Amino acid sequence: MAVLVIAEHDNINLKSSTLNTITAAKKLSDDIHLFILGSNIGELANKSKDIHFLSKVIKCDNEKLKNFLPELSAPLISNLAENYSHILAPASTFGKNLLPRVSALLDITQISDVIDIVSNDTFVRPIYAGNAISQVQTNQKINLLTIRPTSFEKSEDSGGDASIEEIPFVDTDLKTIFINREVSKSDRPELGNARIVVSGGRGLENSDNFKLLYELADKLNAAVGASRAAVDSGYIGNEYQVGQTGKMVAPELYIAIGISGAIQHLAGMKESKVIVAINKDLEAPIFNVADYGLSSDLFQAIPEIIKELDLLNQIES
Amino acid sequence: MKVLVAVKRVVDYKVQIRVKSDNSGVETQNVKMSVNPPDENAIEEAVKLKEQGLASETIAVSIGDEKSQDVLRTSMAMGIDKSILVKTQNTLEPLAVAKTLMKLIEKEKPNLVLLGKQAIDDDSNQTGQILSALLKWPQGCFISNLKIEGNKVSISREIDEGIENLETSLPAVLTCDLRLNTPRFASLPNIMKAKKKPLDIIDIDSLGVDTTPRIKTLKVIEPPKRKAGVMVSDVKELVKKLKYEAKVI
Repeated sequence: MAVLVIAEHDNINLKSSTLNTITAAKKLSDDIHLFILGSNIGELANKSKDIHFLSKVIKCDNEKLKNFLPELSAPLISNLAENYSHILAPASTFGKNLLPRVSALLDITQISDVIDIVSNDTFVRPIYAGNAISQVQTNQKINLLTIRPTSFEKSEDSGGDASIEEIPFVDTDLKTIFINREVSKSDRPELGNARIVVSGGRGLENSDNFKLLYELADKLNAAVGASRAAVDSGYIGNEYQVGQTGKMVAPELYIAIGISGAIQHLAGMKESKVIVAINKDLEAPIFNVADYGLSSDLFQAIPEIIKELDLLNQIES
Repeated sequence: MKVLVAVKRVVDYKVQIRVKSDNSGVETQNVKMSVNPPDENAIEEAVKLKEQGLASETIAVSIGDEKSQDVLRTSMAMGIDKSILVKTQNTLEPLAVAKTLMKLIEKEKPNLVLLGKQAIDDDSNQTGQILSALLKWPQGCFISNLKIEGNKVSISREIDEGIENLETSLPAVLTCDLRLNTPRFASLPNIMKAKKKPLDIIDIDSLGVDTTPRIKTLKVIEPPKRKAGVMVSDVKELVKKLKYEAKVI
């Protein structure tokens, strides 16, 4: 049977989490359909049909779908459900907000945050902030899964030739009005998707000092992250939080600066390939997961790293 | 306005959990248990609404065994008026939790339901959304700001891109982020007072909800351990290792 992937996008481009989710879908079926719900998505649907592995792009295009209100999207998804063995969405705030409503409409228990697919009915997911890994099995008629994007590679966005099908919009009575989104603009790579992440914690002491971290991040072409403590203290916005209740990241290099390493933070970054910890407190638990630890005052260490990187660049050029 | 808060008893967030040796689950015996952290934010918000004169009554509900009474007592010590324990020995899936809450909502008729955005044990992040869909009430997830004026509800939601602002109306289901507020500590006099507040216990079977699990846990294992790292002596050595050993910069 076919597998349906719910696209996360901004009406112009797909988010990379969608490509990770398609790779997960590939483990379940060769017949993968991508469902794009949005407004003015003609061009987006056209681009998406090139994605490798996709056999069909289904679009539902309506002004009312512009802001992805889950009350409107969920019934449109559940109406298509009977044609599918699995319905997948990224385990981002988008997917988390939406898929449980489909679960309610279909009376199917959803499996959240899947990190591995063992077979068509057996899935692996972390529990307790990733301190335990649970393997679960279900024999429900339809499997509803949110997929942790960092656990699956991105599928190629070219080489495919999917057909496009449009389905009509069906309205739902809705009392919610979308006001706006406060999105911080940044030229840095996307946190969930960056090759290098430089993260700061309470050790940075204030938002002004985060500029030092930004300077280092820009040197490395890295995304910026933060611990919950730093976000709670108002040093940086919530969209940068890495951890159990924030974003999950798994970059090739994660540099934790002034972060003590609470279990909840480790949950969001311990799948990183190489972890560097810089902290003046040698007892900080972050050193237990670090490949390279440096016990040092970060206000000295960061400028020194920047200097060393400049030297390296000079040697290379 | 009547406010209902859902509260889950979970392993305390500071406890380093242990996987059972037979791989059937996580050890919860003789482990410190507490109110699920984002549920504390839901409790705090309900109590604040009462203090502001916006809520007439606040009710906490928990689903679990006898021991879940302690998270309800904690809720009442924080200022919740009364509570209900739906007694069951089984672990319920989010869908069954939402259906159970729905039964109580039909009976108690709250105008606002507050939940934590996720439980820190199973990390499912589903119950509020399911409940909103079942009730056909507006959904507001991961909220970090709430303003209620009359029937109008203004919320800020924490999303991956930043903040989303929505306006909706009561009745509504809202799930709370940790940044919504700072939960108060229960003072000793309030802990004593909470012992006298009403706590009803009802058996889950009396609600007629199908709570049969749909998902079977085959095994629970420990995550793979990272191999031990090294301490470097200075920045020079660190940058060199990253460049020539790890080859990541």
